Amino acid sequence: MDEVVLQDAVDRYLRMEMTQQERIMFEELRRSNPDVDQLVVAHSFFLQEMERYGQLKEFKSSLNEVESKLFEEGAIKPERLSAGGLVVNMWKRYKRTIAVAACIGGITAVFISALMQSISPKPDAKLLELGRKVERLEHSQNVTSQQLHEVTNKIDPKAELKSGGTSFLIDGKGILVTNAHVVKDVSSVYVQNMKGDNFRARIIYENNEQDIAFLKIDDSDFRSVGPLPYGIKKAGSDLGEDIFILGYPRNDIVCGLGYLSSITGYNGDTLSCQITVSANPGNSGGPVLNEKGEVIGILSTKQAQADGAVFALKSKYIYTALDSMKRDTAGIYPNIRVSSVSTIGKLDRVQQIKKIEDCVYMVKGY
Amino acid sequence: MKIDTTDEQLLAGLARNEKKAIEALYKDNFGMVQAFILNNNGSSDDARDIFQEAMIVLYEKATSGSFELTAQIKTYIYSVSRRLWLKRLQQMQRFGAPVESLAETVQVEEELEVHEKRNEAFITMEKALAHLGEPCKSLLEAYYLQKKNMLEISTQFGYTNADNAKNQKYKCLTRLKKMFFTQYKSGS
Repeated sequence: MDEVVLQDAVDRYLRMEMTQQERIMFEELRRSNPDVDQLVVAHSFFLQEMERYGQLKEFKSSLNEVESKLFEEGAIKPERLSAGGLVVNMWKRYKRTIAVAACIGGITAVFISALMQSISPKPDAKLLELGRKVERLEHSQNVTSQQLHEVTNKIDPKAELKSGGTSFLIDGKGILVTNAHVVKDVSSVYVQNMKGDNFRARIIYENNEQDIAFLKIDDSDFRSVGPLPYGIKKAGSDLGEDIFILGYPRNDIVCGLGYLSSITGYNGDTLSCQITVSANPGNSGGPVLNEKGEVIGILSTKQAQADGAVFALKSKYIYTALDSMKRDTAGIYPNIRVSSVSTIGKLDRVQQIKKIEDCVYMVKGY
Repeated sequence: MKIDTTDEQLLAGLARNEKKAIEALYKDNFGMVQAFILNNNGSSDDARDIFQEAMIVLYEKATSGSFELTAQIKTYIYSVSRRLWLKRLQQMQRFGAPVESLAETVQVEEELEVHEKRNEAFITMEKALAHLGEPCKSLLEAYYLQKKNMLEISTQFGYTNADNAKNQKYKCLTRLKKMFFTQYKSGS
């Protein structure tokens, strides 16, 4: 109870609520009692704190009051930064961070690329190797194909050149005429028709001066073709007459057109005549026919220097040769009959050739 | 430096907690502080906080009695606001850009130190009072802050006589003192 009274006294003292008499008495008490004095000082300090608190609180409420009032009045207003300002602001705030990030990014990129370069295998060298291999493969392929080409080239021209030629029937039973040089120095002879059938043949007469030879098909597969469509002309031919030839300069039968350009052959040879036609090796022994489908000669030689100058043995010498053969072989082949009449005289050339081509054979000498 | 008489008057008005003075200071200076804060990563709310705190610093100076204005109030408020905002940015770990200065500033470090101590005391008192609970808080506030006499208080709070009220006031005050001083000491 004492303390309560004392505290109240201090309060009243500090608030100047004491009477004059009380005040003198209290000041006397403070002087005589240091505890009371200390209590007064401490209390006054605390009261000061409280006072300050109270004032500040009041001031703060005033501030809030004024602020909200001013906001309501619009005297002060909250603002926002414009977009540009914001961007500038962001840039200012983060530019150092951005710079650091960019540096780290750059260094990392360089490092990673260096690492990749160092640990990755060298692809260029391998690719190059592969390329070279392919190149080599291609090269070897080319060589192979070249060799193949050579092989085909070797086979064909050699076979054609040495023993190739053409022949044609003079008798449907299988008697053929050709050039002597076509079957010169060969041990065996095969003839092939335009369908590709091969028949074994035998040389029954050979005259190297006249360059004429007769072959007889000696094969069980051969069937007589019957009467021939063309005839072998006995008389001579006229200058400028249109002619055509058939032969095997290659594996298939080839037709050539021309005209009789001279009634004599090379160097005035009367055995032969000159025709102007495109002829090649392999055509030798082939028939030379006129418009009426008559055989007027056997294609034999060609002048090397002059283009288109081809020589053919005149057809009348087929008869001469036949007679001499019959004489020489003492009538072994008495049945050979050669017709001088052509049955295809009225037909056009295409139709004539269709009939004739079955009687023209390729000669292969081995 | 030229000191306006109006500045002196405003300061005196502020010390007396006059709303007219506060209003005038708001109107003259808030826009400037807000512009500064917005340009330095702050929001409008930040600006209001900082401006209020600057006003409190100014109020403390004005009420201390020993305050002599060495610069214009505008410069002073700007300097205090700038310093306060810088401090808050550091607390928020936003070191980004150095705070840019829009206007001239004066040294306000001392004032802010004093302000900080005062602010601590204020917060401590506020906490202590809050912990005290009712009716102690209202009783003490009525007596010490609103300066009411014990008779008024006993009537207001419904005590049968003033002595009972005095008894209650004593108990409350003892508790408050205890809380205030323990917190104040540990706080500082």
